Amino acid sequence: MSPALTFTDRGIYCAAGDFYIDPWRPVERALITHGHADHARYGHKSYMATHAALPVMRHRLGDISAQGIAFGEPLTIGDATVSFHPAGHVPGSAQIRVEVAGEIWVASGDYKAEADGLSETFEPQRCHHFITESTFGLPVFRWQPQAVVAQEINAWWAGCAAAGKTAFLGAYALGKAQRLLTLLDTDIGPILTHSAVENTNEVLRAQGLALPETIAATAELDPKVHTGALVLAPPSALGSAWTKKFGAQETAFASGWMQLRGVRRRRAGDRGFVISDHADWQGLLDCITATGAENIYVTHGYTDIFARYLNDNGWSAEVVPTGFEGETLDAEPAA
Amino acid sequence: MKDFAALFNAIDQSTKTTVKVAALAEYFAAAPDVDRIWTIALFSGRRPKRAVTTTRLREWAAERAGIPLWLFEESYPIVGDLAETIALVLPPVETTSDEGLSHWISELRGLAAVDEPARKAAVLDAWDRLGGTERFVFNKLITGGFRMGVSQKLMTRALAKATGKPEAELAHRLMGNWHPDDTSWETLIEAEDASADASRPYPFYLAYALEDGPEALGAPEDWRAEWKWDGIRGQLILREGQHFVWSRGEELMTDRFPELARAVDFLPAGTVLDGELLVWHPQTESPASFNALQRRIGRKTVPKKLLAETPVVLHAYDLLEWQGADLRDTPFAERRALLEGACADLPPEAPVRLSPQLDFESWDDLAEMRSIARDENAEGVMLKRAGSPYLIGRKKGDWWKWKLDPLTVDAVMIYAQAGHGRRANLFTDFTFAVWNGNDLVPFTKAYSGLTDAEFREITKWVRKNTLQRFGPVRQVTPHHVFEIAFEGIQASPRHKSGVALRFPRMSRWRQDKPLQEANTLEDLNDMLRVYG
Repeated sequence: MSPALTFTDRGIYCAAGDFYIDPWRPVERALITHGHADHARYGHKSYMATHAALPVMRHRLGDISAQGIAFGEPLTIGDATVSFHPAGHVPGSAQIRVEVAGEIWVASGDYKAEADGLSETFEPQRCHHFITESTFGLPVFRWQPQAVVAQEINAWWAGCAAAGKTAFLGAYALGKAQRLLTLLDTDIGPILTHSAVENTNEVLRAQGLALPETIAATAELDPKVHTGALVLAPPSALGSAWTKKFGAQETAFASGWMQLRGVRRRRAGDRGFVISDHADWQGLLDCITATGAENIYVTHGYTDIFARYLNDNGWSAEVVPTGFEGETLDAEPAA
Repeated sequence: MKDFAALFNAIDQSTKTTVKVAALAEYFAAAPDVDRIWTIALFSGRRPKRAVTTTRLREWAAERAGIPLWLFEESYPIVGDLAETIALVLPPVETTSDEGLSHWISELRGLAAVDEPARKAAVLDAWDRLGGTERFVFNKLITGGFRMGVSQKLMTRALAKATGKPEAELAHRLMGNWHPDDTSWETLIEAEDASADASRPYPFYLAYALEDGPEALGAPEDWRAEWKWDGIRGQLILREGQHFVWSRGEELMTDRFPELARAVDFLPAGTVLDGELLVWHPQTESPASFNALQRRIGRKTVPKKLLAETPVVLHAYDLLEWQGADLRDTPFAERRALLEGACADLPPEAPVRLSPQLDFESWDDLAEMRSIARDENAEGVMLKRAGSPYLIGRKKGDWWKWKLDPLTVDAVMIYAQAGHGRRANLFTDFTFAVWNGNDLVPFTKAYSGLTDAEFREITKWVRKNTLQRFGPVRQVTPHHVFEIAFEGIQASPRHKSGVALRFPRMSRWRQDKPLQEANTLEDLNDMLRVYG
C-alpha cells in the first residue's frame, strides 16, 4: 500500500482523497494551512482552509473558489478523513491531519509552540507521520517568553517617545504585526500603521480579532500631530522615502533572525527584537515528541542538520524538498 | 560585568557615533579605575592572552548544552562567531554575578596557570553565572577576538569627554607599549608627564583618497608631492640610544626589521621619522614590489639569508621629533626642510633614506608623473599641503593620496562561500575565473565592493543556483560577470592560473555583460607582462 501522503513536484499529495496540501503549482483541490504567500498560492481550482484563515486568503488572492472548515471538524474526502488543528503560527493557521485506512499523517505547515494570546494555540496531534518545518532548527535559537520581549519593545518605544523620535518597527504584515499590536503598551503613544499592515488588520478585525486602535499612516497624515508614535510597517518599507516626513526616528526589526548578532547589525537599524512565529529549537523538538510520530519529514529551514539530529535521536527523519520558505532572511513580505 | 555588558549593548545597538561616544563617556566617568583601564586596553587592541584553545571551548560548550559536537560545529558557521555560538547554545543562567570586567579578566588570565580540569571547571562556572551579553563578552575575552565597532579614535573622543583632557593629548598617551598590568589610570590618563616612555610613538596622520583630480585643491604652489609607496608605513623612534619601529596599526616591529638598528649610528637621539618601509636593493632605481616585503611581514625573527635577499630601508617623508622637540605643530614645509637637513649626509649604508619630493609646477605636470608611478613601483602620488601641521588620524584637507586607477578584469563567479560576523548568512566570499579556451580557470577570490543589497540579491541567486557543495563552499552555475579591480599582478606558481593579484575586489557587477565576454587567461598574462 502506498503511503497516505506523498511528496510530488506540485506539493504534498493525498492520492486517497485526490487533494494537495499547500501546493506550489496550480492543482484542482488545495488544502491550505495558512495564508502566507509561500503556502497559499495563486491558481488553484478550489481552496480549503479554516474559517479564520480564509478572509486573509481572499484578501490576498482575490476571487477564489474556497470552502471554510472549523478547527477539529472531521471531513471525508474520497477515502481520506481530514481535519484542521491549530498550529499557533498566525491567526487561523492549521496543521492538517489526514487519516487513510488507519494511517495518520499531519502536515504542520508552519507552527509555534508558545501561546501568543492571538493565534489559536498549537495542539499536538498523535500521528504516525509528521511533516515539520525547521526554519529555526538549530540549538542557537531559543526564544524568550513573549512577555519579556514585549517589555523590551515597550521600553525602546518609550525611550524613543521621550527623545522626541518616531519609533519604526518592522514586522511581517500578516501575523507578526498583529501579535506585536497586542503586545504594545498603548499608554506610550499612538500606533500608526503602514497600509500593508493596516489592510491585514482590517480583515482580521472584521472576523472578530481584538486589536488595539491604529491609525493608518496614509500620504495625507501629518506626523506632527502624532508625537511619540510607533509606526508598524513591513521591513521593506523601513528606510524608504515615506518614512522621511516623520523626522527624527529609530528603526527596529522584530524577527527570530534577530537572535543572530550579525543579522541584527546588518538588518535591524537601531534595534532588533527576537520574536518569531515559528518554533525555536526546543519548541520543534517538544512538538515533534508530543505527536508520538516515528516518521518525520523536514520541509524547509535547516533541513539537513535538523533531520540528522532527529535520526541520531531515534526518529526516522528525511528531508523533503518543498517550495516553502518559512521566515527567510531576505524575503520581503508579500504586501 | 553588568556595566560593561550594558556599554557593549549600547554600542552594538547603535550605528550612530554620537550615541557610542556618549555611552562610552558615561561608562568612563563612572566605572572603577581597574575596569576602565581594561576597557581602554580592550578597545585599543590589548587583549588578555588566550588561555584555552577554541577546540576545548567548543567541546565544553556542546557538553554543557547537551548537544553533540557535530551540531555545535554545524551551528557555528551559520552564526558566524564562535563566542556568540557558545553563548547561544548554553542553557539560560539561573544566577547572576556582580563582579566587574577586571575580575573576569583576571579569572581568565588565571586559567593559564592551572591544569585542564581546573580550567574547565572555571569556564563552566563562568558560563553558569553570566547570562546574555555578559556571557558573550566573556567568550569574546576568552577567544581573544575583541572587535565591537569602536575605533581608537572614537574611544579617545569619549575619554576626552569624560576627563576634560584634549583629544590629541589622550591619543598620544594611549600610544605605545603600556599594559594594564604595569600602569594605572592615574599614570596613563591623569599624570602630568606623558612622555616618560621612550618608545611611545606619535599617532599617525592618515591621508584621504583623492577621488577627482587635484584641481579643486587650489594653487599647486601650496602643495608638496611625493610618490605614494607600496610598502609598510612606519615610525622610527630614536631616543636615549635606543630605536623603536612602530607600524601604523600600532604594532611594535623593532625586531622584525633589525637592519634599522644602525640608524642610531647616523641620526641623533631625539629623532622621530615617519616614512615607508620598503625592500630596496642597493644600486637599483626603484623599490622591490610589495611581494618581496611580504616575505618579511609575518616573521618575528629574520634569518640571515632572507635579510640579505630583502634589505629593508625606511624612506622618510616626515620629521615628527627633532632634538627631542615635538614638531607636529610646525608647518610641513619647515619639517621637510629639517628632514632634508637631517638626511643630507646619510651614507649609502644607512638604513634611512630621504623619500624624494616631486618637482611640479602645474597639476598637469603632476598628473603626468602620476601616470608613470607604476614604473617607479609606486601606487600613485601623495599630496601634502605645505603649511599643514601633522594631525592625528584620518583628517580631510591637508593630506591626500592620489592613487593610480586600479587594473581591472571582467571575471566569472564560480564559487561562493558565506561570510562571517556581520555577513554571516550572506554569500560574500567569491571565487572568480577567466576563460582559457572553453574552460574557466579560477584566478582570484574577492570579498568586498558590493553593497548589502547586492550581496542579498546574489545570496538569493546562489541558493537557487548551487551545483555542488564542498563543505561551506558552493559551486554555482557560471552566469554572473563581475569587474574585478586590483592594484598589482604577480606571477605565482602556487595558483592554477599562474598569477596572483594584489587587493582584488569587486568594483562592478556587470549584469550587462554576457558570460562569454569575460576576460581570458591570455588577457591576464598580457597584464602580467606589462605590470608584473
